[in-house]
Amino acid sequence: MRKVLMGNHAVSYAVRLARADVVAAYPITPQTQIVEMLSEFCAEGSLDASFIKVESEHSAMAACIGAASAGARAFTATSSHGLLLMHEMLHWAAGARLPIVLVNVNRAVGPGWNVWTEQTDSLAQRDTGLIQIYCESNQEALDSVLQAFRLAETVRLPVMVVLDAFILSHTEEPVDVPSQEEVDAFLARYEPAWRLDPADPRAFNMLVPPEHYMELRLLIQKAMDDALHVAAEVDAEYGRHFGRSYGLVEAYRLDDAELALVTAGASSGTARVVIDELREQGVPAGLLRLRLFRPFPAEPVSHLLAGVRKVGVIDRNISFGQGGIFAAELKAALYHQPQRPQVFDFVAGLGGRDITPATVRGIVGYLLEHDAPPTGPLWWEVKA
Amino acid sequence: MSYAIPERELLHPGHVACPGCGAAIAMRLALKALGDDLVVIIVASCWSIIAGPFPYSSLQVPTLHSAFETGGSAASGVKAALRRRGRPDTTVMAWAGDGGTFDIGFQALSGAVERNEDFIYVCYDNEAYMNTGIQRSSATPLGAWTTTTPVASPKDTPKKDMVAIMAAHGIPYTATASIGYPEDLVRKLQKAASIRGSKFIHILSPCPSGWKSEPEETVKIARLAVQSRIFPLYEVERGERYTVTVRPPAVPVIEYLRRQGRFNHLSVAQIEAIQANADRAWERLLERAESGA
Ligand SMILES: Cc1ncc(C[n+]2csc(CCOP(=O)(O)OP(=O)(O)O)c2C)c(N)n1
Ligand SMILES: [Mg+2]
Repeated sequence: MRKVLMGNHAVSYAVRLARADVVAAYPITPQTQIVEMLSEFCAEGSLDASFIKVESEHSAMAACIGAASAGARAFTATSSHGLLLMHEMLHWAAGARLPIVLVNVNRAVGPGWNVWTEQTDSLAQRDTGLIQIYCESNQEALDSVLQAFRLAETVRLPVMVVLDAFILSHTEEPVDVPSQEEVDAFLARYEPAWRLDPADPRAFNMLVPPEHYMELRLLIQKAMDDALHVAAEVDAEYGRHFGRSYGLVEAYRLDDAELALVTAGASSGTARVVIDELREQGVPAGLLRLRLFRPFPAEPVSHLLAGVRKVGVIDRNISFGQGGIFAAELKAALYHQPQRPQVFDFVAGLGGRDITPATVRGIVGYLLEHDAPPTGPLWWEVKA
Repeated sequence: MSYAIPERELLHPGHVACPGCGAAIAMRLALKALGDDLVVIIVASCWSIIAGPFPYSSLQVPTLHSAFETGGSAASGVKAALRRRGRPDTTVMAWAGDGGTFDIGFQALSGAVERNEDFIYVCYDNEAYMNTGIQRSSATPLGAWTTTTPVASPKDTPKKDMVAIMAAHGIPYTATASIGYPEDLVRKLQKAASIRGSKFIHILSPCPSGWKSEPEETVKIARLAVQSRIFPLYEVERGERYTVTVRPPAVPVIEYLRRQGRFNHLSVAQIEAIQANADRAWERLLERAESGA
């Protein structure tokens, strides 16, 4: 059924369709409507789940960890400071191999207080062991949440689905909401191999001395490696069920491109418009949209960018003392290519500053005029 | 009235507690009381170690080790999932030290019991962060030595009154218990298990390493804590009804204090002050017990 939904509500519908057993969440702008709608679903009985109205995000993830350990499909959603408060438990969820799904609405981090979009909050969770998926539209948010449960439960790692504050979270778009029967056919009931069960008592997450710890960590790495092809398979199967799939990365007009932009999240749509303009002007430009960030799809990325001369990464995030996080990841992925493109790192749109077509045109202009990037990132459209 | 203690052992030998560890006795008794239709959540504490390293576990019940501050929150999630899995009657017990309860896990615990989550939360209280080497917590008593309250500057504030705080949440059941009075302890845990909603049990658990006491005196010291009225045994129902459950003849606090090196430096005047505090608290408890009901 087609509905007009804001990104947050698209997520709530997906969680209901996924038949989550336990939702534990705490409000924060711009995520709030996700949990408000889920509370309504639970209250009216259209979602048969326990909603634990915890007193913090740390407790939200801890409750999801408890619930998933006892065999429940668990969900939480947050943003920015909430995600950062969860940080310890994100490591815990991954280390405990729990398939919790988390939606993070990208929001800048204070101080100063800023509720607008920026990717630093989610990218700062890079090393926690969470799978990360970045969405470009409200439809993709709904679809990605459904995919996320399948993916998480297959590889036994938590998945974070990410959408931009306001640009997606609060903007209404037409969204195709699949029927419960269709979703049930795609996503079976969660049946973990092990759980807290008095009929089969086991201990979880106990002290692990050095003689075993590395092997358990290696299993996480292997699960991440598996997640690369499982994510692709789940996405393809989703396509067979629902007629929509997205890939791990999206290549747009890249085939013969000499110049490429790299984006993630909602600014991708803006970049695509500018790529079309450039093509009309005869400029061989294309776009690579990163959808999966962890595990990093190094192979498709380096394959797709192999023939490109210049790459401009639009990083709506900053790792102070280094630069844009996507650019750094991209450079690492390209390092082994004999023909490496020049990678330009544009730090743009922090704290919700608009990335407009003019912004992207400016970035392309810079790329056309320069053969090599400067050392360090280019802080784009910053007032003098 | 006397209560039998179940024979069945659910804490197996092979745990790695220090000799004379009160916390190990507390767990042994709690498991006896609650039986095997139980899930235990253990947060960071000595008990993260005592249970044994991977791939062993000395508890014969399903056990979830969790982060330090997550007793209330992780147990909430476990209970919700057990309900969803068709096991609404399985008892859930969160197990945390004083640091995990009075300090870092305080917020999550308060949140969970305010929601009246259906679990038993046990704080085994050894009055300091023992696992990390005897640092003070807000459960450390006035005047005690710890590695962060050295003799030159011992703890200068009283122990936080955690039972009063829990009772103030109005939860169905709050109680103190002692490994020195095992029948009272077992009865309280069984009573807690029979009640729906949040239950908080505060068990004083002497720690020979941290208290600088003799391992073979652990039970005696636990009993002296009760007899000296430093740690009275009582329960609070619905935050209102106070009942003193054990009333042994009084002994002076010096009998309790002098067996513990952590109090060696105390002057006569300081001991008198501790005696006065204990007497006052006992009177207040009796008033509450009489006025309640
Ligand atoms: C967030 C966090 N901070 C600090 C620690 C280190 N830590 C582990 S156990 C512990 C002390 C536990 O004290 P308590 O709860 O009283 O239990 P005990 O060790 O005395 O049994 C500390 C500080 C931790 N595991 N997690
Ligand atoms: Mg302690």
